[in-house]
Amino acid sequence: MPGRTPSQTVGPFFSIGLCRAGQNELVPGGSVRIVGRVLDGAGEPVPDAVVELWQRGADGTLWGRCGTDAEGRFEFLTETSADGHANVLVFARGLLKHLATRVYFPGASDTVLEALEPSDRETLTAKEEDGVLRFDVRLQGDRQTVFFAV
Amino acid sequence: MSEVDPPLSYPDYRSTALRAPTRPLLTLPESELDLASPVYGHDSIGELDNDLTRQHPGEPLGERIILTGRVLEEDGRRVRNALVEIWQANAGGRYAHEVDRHPAPLDPNFTGAGRALTDDDGRYEFVTVKPGAYPWKNHPNAWRPAHIHFSLFGRAFSQRLVTQMYFPGDPLFAYDPIFQSVRDAGARERLIAQFDLDLTQPDWALGYRFDVVLRATPFEE
Repeated sequence: MPGRTPSQTVGPFFSIGLCRAGQNELVPGGSVRIVGRVLDGAGEPVPDAVVELWQRGADGTLWGRCGTDAEGRFEFLTETSADGHANVLVFARGLLKHLATRVYFPGASDTVLEALEPSDRETLTAKEEDGVLRFDVRLQGDRQTVFFAV
Repeated sequence: MSEVDPPLSYPDYRSTALRAPTRPLLTLPESELDLASPVYGHDSIGELDNDLTRQHPGEPLGERIILTGRVLEEDGRRVRNALVEIWQANAGGRYAHEVDRHPAPLDPNFTGAGRALTDDDGRYEFVTVKPGAYPWKNHPNAWRPAHIHFSLFGRAFSQRLVTQMYFPGDPLFAYDPIFQSVRDAGARERLIAQFDLDLTQPDWALGYRFDVVLRATPFEE
């Protein structure tokens, strides 16, 4: 039995290898736009994170990837999901292993969400704002996003 | 979280201070993690995507290397058709990235990014140049050992892995908090490629092997 290969940080220069145009569209031209920011423990934007969305689709997994900009912003185009959420992976300089969380579409719920305290539930639920869904990822602090072990 | 992976909070690596979550990770029922990896068609990988020495009109400077290995699961199963993405600094230790201010020269013939899909034996192959070590601001006189970044998709969501591959015998290992963040010595060794004379091509390129082992998944193919 070979031993598992450990994780290492994605570092600050991943965009040369990981970021390609159009990769942030899980569904090309999708009607649901998810926008958000990655924020650190001081509430500052994280400009060198890369976010992946993994969503259950009718014909397999819908997938997208977006590097954050100078203000820590990311953006995805997708569609709503039958199971009410998309899985979110966050990689960044300073993260020795990626983090996993979920973005739930407004109004969606399931046993995972229901098991959480209301304040934690809120960190996973996208908010409708001017026709887009807003979902921020807070890596630390009082309002830290709930992360799951993977 | 298993001991194989580094802890999220690791003070010697300064950037973890404001980025590592402070609350414990929650455990999901296994069934909640049952999600297949996205499917990549062979046609989405360009012919030269795995040869980083032929992506520009001229050849990059540096020590040419052939880098190959297999993507496996913990139970030894090969992972076929898996996407492997790599990126690295050039031979002088400089990334072709606007944020990198290290005063080493850029190489107009080297971008430092590659992609490959594993074959039926789980094998990938790249041709590239050995990256240089470079300084960073983590602590006084901090230098990263030469490394190539790897991003891998297995068959399933739970197998996703981003890591770094190092070269054998690097004198900087003892001083690098990112390498040392893996606390288990045996696990750290698995981040180091092996030089392979059989893979080395006479008068052409040195050969290195690097197998990547992903978490086993209970889900059927």
